[in-house]
Amino acid sequence: MIAELGHYFLVLALGLAVIQAIFPMIGAAQGSARMMMLGQPAAYGQFFFSLLAFLALTYSYLISDFSVAVIARNSHSLKPLLYKISGVWGNHEGSLLFWVMFLALFGAMVAYFGRGLPKSLRARVLSVQAMVGIGFYLFMLLTSNPFDRLADVPFEGNGLNPLLQDPGLVFHPPFLYLGYVGLSVVFSFAIAALIEGRVDPAWARWVRPWTLLAWVFLTIGIVLGSWWAYYELGWGGWWAWDPVENASFMPWLVATALLHSAIVVEKRDTLKSWTILLAIIAFSFSLLGTFIVRSGIITSVHAFATDPERGLYILVFLALVIGGSLLLFAIRSDKLQAGGLFAPISRESGLMINNLFLSVATAVVLYGTMHPLLSDAFFGVKSSVGAPFFNLVFSLLMIPLVVTMVYGPHLKWKRADIKGINQRLMAVTGIALLAGLMTFYATYGGAIMPAVWIGIGVWLLLSSLQELSNRIKLFQVPFKDSMSRLRRQPRSSWGMTLGHFGFAVGLLGIVGTSAWTIEAQKVMGLGEDMTIGDYRLTLKDVIPVAGPNYTAVRGIISVSPKNAEENGKSFMAYPETRTYVSSPITTTEGDVKTTMAGDLFVVIGESQGQGRWGIRAYYKPMQVWFWIGTTIVVLGGLISLSDRRYRIGTPQRQKASRKVKHAP
Amino acid sequence: MPLKRFLPLFVFAGILIAFMIGLSLKPSEIPSALIDKPVPDFSLPPLQGDGIGLSTEDLLDPENIVIVNFFASWCGPCRVEHPALELLSKLDGVKLHGIAYKDRPKNSLSFLKSLGNPYDKIGTDLKGRVAIDWGVTGTPETFIIKNGIIRYQHIGPIHQIQVEDRILPIIRNLQQEGTS
Amino acid sequence: MKFLLIPILFMTLVLNAGAIGVDKDRLQDPEQEARAQHLMKQLRCLVCQNQSIVESDAELAQDLRAIVREQISAGKTDPEIFKFMTTRYGDWVLLKPPFNSATVILWLGPIALLLVGGFLIFRTIRRKPEQDIARPLTAAEEKHLEKIIKGDNQ
Repeated sequence: MIAELGHYFLVLALGLAVIQAIFPMIGAAQGSARMMMLGQPAAYGQFFFSLLAFLALTYSYLISDFSVAVIARNSHSLKPLLYKISGVWGNHEGSLLFWVMFLALFGAMVAYFGRGLPKSLRARVLSVQAMVGIGFYLFMLLTSNPFDRLADVPFEGNGLNPLLQDPGLVFHPPFLYLGYVGLSVVFSFAIAALIEGRVDPAWARWVRPWTLLAWVFLTIGIVLGSWWAYYELGWGGWWAWDPVENASFMPWLVATALLHSAIVVEKRDTLKSWTILLAIIAFSFSLLGTFIVRSGIITSVHAFATDPERGLYILVFLALVIGGSLLLFAIRSDKLQAGGLFAPISRESGLMINNLFLSVATAVVLYGTMHPLLSDAFFGVKSSVGAPFFNLVFSLLMIPLVVTMVYGPHLKWKRADIKGINQRLMAVTGIALLAGLMTFYATYGGAIMPAVWIGIGVWLLLSSLQELSNRIKLFQVPFKDSMSRLRRQPRSSWGMTLGHFGFAVGLLGIVGTSAWTIEAQKVMGLGEDMTIGDYRLTLKDVIPVAGPNYTAVRGIISVSPKNAEENGKSFMAYPETRTYVSSPITTTEGDVKTTMAGDLFVVIGESQGQGRWGIRAYYKPMQVWFWIGTTIVVLGGLISLSDRRYRIGTPQRQKASRKVKHAP
Repeated sequence: MPLKRFLPLFVFAGILIAFMIGLSLKPSEIPSALIDKPVPDFSLPPLQGDGIGLSTEDLLDPENIVIVNFFASWCGPCRVEHPALELLSKLDGVKLHGIAYKDRPKNSLSFLKSLGNPYDKIGTDLKGRVAIDWGVTGTPETFIIKNGIIRYQHIGPIHQIQVEDRILPIIRNLQQEGTS
Repeated sequence: MKFLLIPILFMTLVLNAGAIGVDKDRLQDPEQEARAQHLMKQLRCLVCQNQSIVESDAELAQDLRAIVREQISAGKTDPEIFKFMTTRYGDWVLLKPPFNSATVILWLGPIALLLVGGFLIFRTIRRKPEQDIARPLTAAEEKHLEKIIKGDNQ
């Protein structure tokens, strides 16, 4: 019954979405306030019913109603509560429902907070938002109905893969989806602006919080995913350039570019069509990430072919949404006139160069991901594009990007004085050079790139601090004045400083862990030991452990400094290998000891017989810097989001558009 | 309406078309590195108490089309393709040899005892090293060879319908090739 | 890793994450072992999804690791070892594809894009002043201006 209700709510939501798509758009074109006004109640109602549908599915999961096909396929009555809930979005159909529910929520938020928007713009945004929604509702109802019943009700569900039963994975997909869906609002604003033929600084201000929100969600989602991979998969890998990861990375790259180019629109009223284009592309990648990855097209062509109906729908939907908006862009974007002038060396140019590298990076990821498919189809050559390729290309491509990040924030709008900046950065540059040289010396004989990257990372780290200290005139005015300047810094500039600083910290972490990770493995009996880096691991005992839905063997390993005479704290590590009751699957729960210098990662493997066990250990220098850095970046985003000038409840256009030239 | 504004649309259309073509073309399942190359050098011991092993010379047979099939008793799909192999082994001018991949000879023997032995000669590749020389990634895998040259590689089980659709035409072609 | 919950993907993943084995044939010389690790990271685990043979405990990956180590101790060079792999499995086994006619776009694409993009930016920065200072009025603007002059604007 509940499932039928859910299905019914879904249809109602579709109906309201149709109303929301049609009337406000016509109203905006005809200047009919009454028709435009229909948008708000329709948006609220659509959200209400999609929420009810979502709750209906959640309820069915909670009571383990295995007559619902999706639940029988993905859930299990003995699953812990948390994973029953996360199961709702842990599969194709449920994730679509989750998606569309948030799409409707964001639409409702635009309706509610958008009271400051010009009526026609709000109407059009709501309409576009609903059009995207219609695509999703139809896709669900026609090909992937989460409420489909089974004729033969199984007694027990198939269960969720134990690897996925992890808190990191409970929150990873929803954050990612929130990021994807958040970009839909930016997309709707872009399309509405194209229809209106008008983009101005006020538009950029309205769009900024949505871009930032989506970007923060995306960042959190991606980082949670790699955090999960790091802890759960047992070899301390956290980024593998897998097609699935790439699909989430591409919208992030584009959203990052968008975040920066929108600033140019806002401050200088230029770079408009490019920004609109980025908004369209960012959302296109979100759709690709949602559909294509789920359909399995990138990883396996066969998965796509097994369900041609779904595949065809996806292709047509993508072609309509992306193709349609790019066509609109082609026809309408020349209405957007460029505004402010600027010199070759200026903040504007810096941001454009930033955009160039981010775009090329996106293209690299896109083509690299598609290459195996294309190579197979057109050349008949099976080929692989994996981490070694992407790492090489990115380690080169990111150098100029980071250099731009060093200079960018110091550059003034319109015209900047690069000599002055170089002078100000002299000390910072010196220290960075020194850091690079020291690294080179310390790792002499090894690869040279890590040393270069440490230097660049330090450079960015210090220069972002230097930029902040310039802004508060540290050491130029009395310290107290500097502090009061610090307090008065707008939150958006805190966002930039923290964003860049956190990026630098994370970057150093990436360099450390990818360049100097060491690993050791040994089959050990009780009392035997092995060394890794500066540590000595002794296997003290191996004991069986019982968990709620698994049994495990737990190693008890004492870790001490390698040289006995050295004074250093010893500690214990307790890695586990778990075997789950519901499926014959084992997972490894490595024990990670984190210090700022590096992570010691210990994993216990299977019994090798005769009381001997395979132990693997990794030492990952500066791994934690990556997690700290990304956390700082996210914090920066959140702080910037809380800037009063840019809340989702928006400023009026009149106020912001004083210096704007209107197109006739 | 400057043309360059259509560029993104064109690029997208290009990607879409590439995708469509990519999907409609049949993906080659085979990493064809060994196609049209001579068979690797190897010499494998026999299954216990079962005649002679298998080595490169056995595959240079100028009279017959030679088929080499990698199998294992622990491999489920190998059971699936077994009827197809029986069928192929009965063809005129075709010799079917087997290589037991990472399988205990005892198990291979009882596997063949229960299902029937379609193979002319069998080699045992206990460590799976010869399989790597053949570019094998898993069992079952089947190679069709003429005059010591690998002409076709089939990955995964040969289903009954594939015998008619794919395997037999290839064998017939290869047989005619020599006569014409 | 693949963290988007695709069941198909996880099938293979699980098999690999399951059994943590230990290579008993690790090379004694740490420098050689490091070289082996470096090489193995660039070889695809052919029965996995997009993993190198270092990260996989699939049997084939173990065998290939053993081969890499054997060949290193036998004094083979890196290109020789790659050659050994590609003659058996094709370029598919290389996670970093070699430069050839099929991978031209892959390798040169980024450079080409950077050049084109850089050129576009250069043009935008360069051309803007003249364009904005001395741009003739468009037809629409001309009309608009006329209207204003006539005084019947809105």
